[in-house]
Amino acid sequence: MNDFRLPLGTWAEGFVDWITNTFGFFFDILRTVFKGAFEGVDFLLVSPPFWVIMILAAALAYGTRGWKFAVGTVVGLTLILGVNQWENAMDTLALVLVASVIAIAISVPLGILAAKSSTASTIIRPILDFMQTMPAFVYLIPALILFRIGVVPGIVATIIFAMAPGVRLTELGIRGVDKEVVEAGQAFGASPWRILRQIQLPLATPTIMAGINQVIMLSLSMVVIAGMVGAGGLGAEVVGSLNRIDVGLGFEAGLSVVILAIFLDRITASLGDTQSTGMFGTLRLAMRNRKSATAAPAQPARV
Amino acid sequence: MTNSSIDSIAVKADHLYKAFGRRPHEIVKKLKAGKSRADISSLGIAAVIDASFEVKKGEIFVVMGLSGSGKSTLIRMLNGLWDTTSGTVTIGGTDITGVSAQELREVRRKSISMVFQHFALLPHRTVIDNVAYGLEIQGMGRAERLAKAQTIIDLVGLAGWADNLPSELSGGMQQRVGLGRALAADTDVLLMDEAFSALDPLIRREMQEQLIELQAALGKTIIFITHDLNEAMFLGDRIAVMRDGRIVQIGTPEEILTDPANDYVAQFVQDVDRARVLTAASVMEPVRAVVTTSGGPRAALRVMREFQTSVAFVLNRDNSFVGVVRDSDVLKLVKSGETDLRKIIIGDAFSVGPDTPLVDLVEPSVENAQAIAVVDEKKRLIGVIPRVTLLAALGNVSTQTGSLPTIEPRSTIPLSVLDETLKETATEGSEL
Repeated sequence: MNDFRLPLGTWAEGFVDWITNTFGFFFDILRTVFKGAFEGVDFLLVSPPFWVIMILAAALAYGTRGWKFAVGTVVGLTLILGVNQWENAMDTLALVLVASVIAIAISVPLGILAAKSSTASTIIRPILDFMQTMPAFVYLIPALILFRIGVVPGIVATIIFAMAPGVRLTELGIRGVDKEVVEAGQAFGASPWRILRQIQLPLATPTIMAGINQVIMLSLSMVVIAGMVGAGGLGAEVVGSLNRIDVGLGFEAGLSVVILAIFLDRITASLGDTQSTGMFGTLRLAMRNRKSATAAPAQPARV
Repeated sequence: MTNSSIDSIAVKADHLYKAFGRRPHEIVKKLKAGKSRADISSLGIAAVIDASFEVKKGEIFVVMGLSGSGKSTLIRMLNGLWDTTSGTVTIGGTDITGVSAQELREVRRKSISMVFQHFALLPHRTVIDNVAYGLEIQGMGRAERLAKAQTIIDLVGLAGWADNLPSELSGGMQQRVGLGRALAADTDVLLMDEAFSALDPLIRREMQEQLIELQAALGKTIIFITHDLNEAMFLGDRIAVMRDGRIVQIGTPEEILTDPANDYVAQFVQDVDRARVLTAASVMEPVRAVVTTSGGPRAALRVMREFQTSVAFVLNRDNSFVGVVRDSDVLKLVKSGETDLRKIIIGDAFSVGPDTPLVDLVEPSVENAQAIAVVDEKKRLIGVIPRVTLLAALGNVSTQTGSLPTIEPRSTIPLSVLDETLKETATEGSEL
């Protein structure tokens, strides 16, 4: 019994070795692209003075949810500035943005594919289960080998870890669209692509946005772990404080992560909510009302 | 078949089968071999079994059945939303079974549109954009399709609501949008899947009436699915009754009502409001006591004696209906030696068209002791409805109205009196 040992680990190692040797050039390209993307976004966030970013963030907050959230944003960002984590926070934000955008760009089309084809769904589902439940640290190991130390393995591990809810909720959203409405599209002779674009995606938007929100939240939680492989930012601070048992630094860096999380969560959540009360929602309403005002004067309701 | 009869068929379903299960074709094979729906239940579900019918252009064809009878499956095969397992569907002469997805979309754009039970509007689009949806898919430019959609919106009674979202409308109004969307697509055939079932009864009736008006104005071919027999009877030119996947009877509302194909249909129709479905033509009886204006009172009296009736129907020379004469009046006329029957004709004797529903005959029947005359559009007398017949028809005393003994108003004057009068006046009258 004791002699029985499955060499799964050896196989995994061999597999990663094989990939490294065979597709090394591909991963080098990927590494360059991801690194470039990160550095570009990071440059945009770090190089301007802090108040420029703060005003932009406050404006975005006002546009999506209103003035209360804008004030909260300014207070939160001031707090980050006050504990001297501004630059780290911006690094982290850049990493989250890059990883989330790539994760969404992969997961939404995958979700659409899974919704359209039951075969695709059956294949994708166990892979997602695997990706979601495998301890996040484990991704870091091959990522380190393939992309060497630095920000790129962090981004890659984050993408893999954060993708799953994007795929799942996109599939759920599209499958959940009223069958009769889809049938209506078909009955009038719309092509599958048109039905996807004009019916399924718009009606699934709230669910898809919930998925995107989850992708961003998971990215943020993974970013801290990515600090272990030298991804920098708040994650590096947290890992550092853990090594030195520095409660104060750990709390400050951790709180900064929380503030970033709340900011990103509220913004993405309100983008999915069509009844949003912020300026964008009001704008949408105003545009519609203006259109109806130019049409025939409203008549009393006929039941 | 002549060419014209082929041209007049808008939709033709030929031995349609639809089975759900792992091996649908095997199910159909067994059904064709004579197995019942229950026999193949282990293999899957036979939703539609051997359905064949033809819908004429400009006809409202109602498919009626309870839930699970396969009517929704049937209608979805007619526009190819669901494939047929066996059999063919022909729309306007084009076989749509087994064509490519592209061709099928073309047929749906040009020939056949659909109205849904729960409206199936695009909730994120305004009323006018919803109505214009079919035109948009047909590739019509924005300005042109909005202009056309606006006229349709006015037509279905939604003027002023064009820029509202569907969620801001009541159920009845939302279905007007659904109807407008189908009408705007300007297809010859309209499929309506339980279109009014989700509406309140009052609004449903209003919509039914409006649909009939629109159909009369636009001449669309409508295939209407419903589980409500009264609705089927009200709307349908012809009705197909479905049960357990099979069409058990196809006929006009009156045929279904008066001559149900089996006990199931008979049981189904027993609760129908017969007064609204049956028409004068379906219960009227042949006229026998007929006189002409030129025939004179003696001839009238003789006719009335022969048929032992108290009223005779008076026609002009060209067979158009003039009115009725009563036996007592004729008797007086004959005794007084007058020869002009016109003096005693009751001209306002009630006459109705053959399509008048019985519900409209009750009140006149109460007011008129005489039978109600049924006349065609040229005023020719084609039948009569005595009060007894009307009651018998409403009460469903017998579904075989044709074999009922003719009941005409009984003679109120003893035969002997008539005979005597005729004999007394014989020399003066008959020689002339």
